[in-house]
Amino acid sequence: MTTHEPHLLHGPEPDVADAGHPRPPERVGFFTDTSVCIGCKACEVACKEWNAVPEDGLDLTGMSYDNTGALGASSWRHVAFIEQDKPLGGQQTQPELRWLMASDVCKHCTHAACLDVCPTGSLFRTEFGTVVVQEDICNGCGYCVPACPYGVIEQREGDGRAWKCTLCYDRLGAGQEPACAKACPTESIQFGPLDDLREKAAARVEQLHATGVPDARLYGEDPADGVGGAGALFLLLDEPEVYGLPPDPVVTTRDLPAMWRHAGVAAAALLTGLAAVFAGGRR
Amino acid sequence: MSGAEVTRAGLRGERPGSEALFGNGMNGGPGGGPDGGPAGGRRRGAREAEFTSYYGRPVLKVPHWAATDIAGYLFLGGLAGAGSVLAAGAELTGRRGTARAMKLSSLGAVSLSAAALIHDLGRPERFLNMLRVFKPTSPMSIGSWLLVGYGPLAGAAAAADVTGRFPRAGRAAACGAAVFGPAVAAYTGVLIADTAVPAWHEGHRELPYLFTGSAAAAAAGMALLTGPLPENRPARRAAVLGTAAELAAMHALRRRTGMIAETYRQGTAGRLLRAAEVLGTAGAAGAALLSGRSRRAATLSGAALLAASVCTRFGLFHAGLASARDPKYTVEPQRSRPGGVGRTG
Repeated sequence: MTTHEPHLLHGPEPDVADAGHPRPPERVGFFTDTSVCIGCKACEVACKEWNAVPEDGLDLTGMSYDNTGALGASSWRHVAFIEQDKPLGGQQTQPELRWLMASDVCKHCTHAACLDVCPTGSLFRTEFGTVVVQEDICNGCGYCVPACPYGVIEQREGDGRAWKCTLCYDRLGAGQEPACAKACPTESIQFGPLDDLREKAAARVEQLHATGVPDARLYGEDPADGVGGAGALFLLLDEPEVYGLPPDPVVTTRDLPAMWRHAGVAAAALLTGLAAVFAGGRR
Repeated sequence: MSGAEVTRAGLRGERPGSEALFGNGMNGGPGGGPDGGPAGGRRRGAREAEFTSYYGRPVLKVPHWAATDIAGYLFLGGLAGAGSVLAAGAELTGRRGTARAMKLSSLGAVSLSAAALIHDLGRPERFLNMLRVFKPTSPMSIGSWLLVGYGPLAGAAAAADVTGRFPRAGRAAACGAAVFGPAVAAYTGVLIADTAVPAWHEGHRELPYLFTGSAAAAAAGMALLTGPLPENRPARRAAVLGTAAELAAMHALRRRTGMIAETYRQGTAGRLLRAAEVLGTAGAAGAALLSGRSRRAATLSGAALLAASVCTRFGLFHAGLASARDPKYTVEPQRSRPGGVGRTG
């Protein structure tokens, strides 16, 4: 997709926060380095505490130490837990075993499908380049839910409206880092200007490759990918789908111009086709 | 926040934090290297052959939409929109009975569909927020505005016909509704295609045609069911035309969507879509061959065509839900997309 000309609905987009914001600050985001995640879930707790996110079920999944299950209306950080019979880097234990832990979050896409399809304007692009739901406007149509290629945003049961990570919009406005990054004890969740994070991420993956962790790879860092690059990057130690992430997500609105064209042709065909059935005499 | 502490004795509790290393400086195994990228997966054989997921959980979120509301809306919107074209055609060619029946049908269908849409909102009292913005990137925004334009026209056309007042304005409204109607019928295909749901998005080229074909067949069915027998030749033609278009679009959809097409064949969706084919074919054949002479045949064919359209919409709705629930329909097409796989490295 790198060869495409500039396009409003997909592809690289250097000025994300130019959506009506005069002289916006730098675009910020997360770099979640899962190679140092210890699965403590402090990020989940800090997020719930700061954002007053309600409890979303106290059940045990029975599949692993992950009892949150997935991101959702009332889980804006989710720590995945995976047990594999693979070695961790150059580890030499028998049997081979590794635990992968990764804190997932809204990707704050450069081309955000949830924002594109929201019919009320409730979802908007902040001056920080993040994507936020305005809860006083959302009417719970639920269109953003199937639009998200990562399955992040969701309608809350009993409330009806759509909810997701705000990248702590209130804290950003006060010059603070988001609660999850603040609480992370291993700096697995790093917050900062997105350009800096991309550099840090590239350096970190090189460092890991050099020291014997060939599985390390970045996810969401490429501005030429299907969502124009994510505002939340990840360093993963296995394929994205192992963590429940889509391997090559594409913003659905990339194809919207084609859809409208086909709908226009179909509507014209319906009109002319049904006009034609009246041709000829009366019977 | 690594918890380091400066004491008289020096730095205590210092941890490597985000610089922590665990590779032990060793080579991670055959096939791996500093530039190797995703070597771990490849080491265990052809990656294309194995499908992995996070405990089988869906990657996507399945929409909370109720089938009766949203699939019902897809059907009713099509019935109303295509029905308005038949109503205007019948009006302009002097088929008074059919014209009135179709105007009333379209008014009823568009009223019910608006009610279904509002009922499905998480916050129904805020439905007017749909009209805060006009947003071409949101098919739901465009659809809301289309309904705002189309609904009153359909209402005025029906009211003028029933009361016999303002006949000119009524005819103008009927023609206006006939222009907006096809847009209402066609945009619903874009509405569900503009999502990440594999069985809907991957059909984004075919769905508008499939939905307008289904809409034409449904409206023809309604005209056969409610219109006088001597007036029903256009409806019989429309039944054949609409059903043929629908079957052709469905065939193209199945062929082009690859492994995702499974979701159109299996489970609830499969049963509904098979029923749609049988009912549609029977309805169109009955309309073409028998409905010109027999009232009973016209009624049965009309009912079969309407039922076929209902089955098509509910079938595609359920196929979408099934394709979102199973992560393989999200992951595998993305993996096999040309040029899409190497990007993760």
